[in-house]
Amino acid sequence: MEEHALQLELESSLDSVDSAEETVLKEAGELGFDEDDLHRIGISVRECMVNAVVHGNRYNSKKKVRVSIARTPAQIIVRIADEGDGFDPTAIPDPCEGENVLRQSGRGVMMMQAFMDEFSISKLEPRGTEVKMVKYKTDTSNN
Amino acid sequence: MSAKLTTRQVGDVTVVDVAGRITLGEGASALRTTLRDEAAAGHKKLLLNLADVSYIDSSGIGELVSAFTTVANQGGAVKLLNLTKRVQDLLQITKLYTVFDIYDDEAKAVGSFA
Repeated sequence: MEEHALQLELESSLDSVDSAEETVLKEAGELGFDEDDLHRIGISVRECMVNAVVHGNRYNSKKKVRVSIARTPAQIIVRIADEGDGFDPTAIPDPCEGENVLRQSGRGVMMMQAFMDEFSISKLEPRGTEVKMVKYKTDTSNN
Repeated sequence: MSAKLTTRQVGDVTVVDVAGRITLGEGASALRTTLRDEAAAGHKKLLLNLADVSYIDSSGIGELVSAFTTVANQGGAVKLLNLTKRVQDLLQITKLYTVFDIYDDEAKAVGSFA
């Protein structure tokens, strides 16, 4: 059961990326995640927000990014939704494969998948994309 | 802290001391501008000292890769020095750890340039 839910509606701007990261890290810090996990959570939120702002909403001031943060004693659940046209996650080139390693971009989704314990992408109706990420507290994170 | 970059010469190697957050926006842009300026000035032996980089995102990593390929195409090299554990982990996850020459000793790093 999710406890302590927080909802944010943010502008499609880079300032919102900072804001979302700061808010999620505050919640995760209160939950007792250690510094390494906080870093991983922060980077994941940042990468997700950048995708929502830049690729999803394309900085459109009329489109919002919705961030939902929920906690249980054992995990933090972050959902980030944009109002863009959507995309095919299976079409993202593997950034670790062959010449893709030297591409300038395309690593965000892979980083989120590596740093979070659960990661999923859903198409929203009538429009938009939602990413759900979950990080579990490990024994070393417990105070 | 947003990014702060300073450059110094050690022989014919340009050492770029990078500090702060290298993220989409100001930090990554500052890195891009500095490396682009150095390459344009003909400095093809670039050593990036990342000891004081507290945070780097995929945009920052992208700028490192862009500099690597651009300078390599010009017959030069970009190498990395003093990675923090977090930056090292990121480079390993992204399979870039084996792409860059990485050092934890500046003298050795400088000496490695041809």
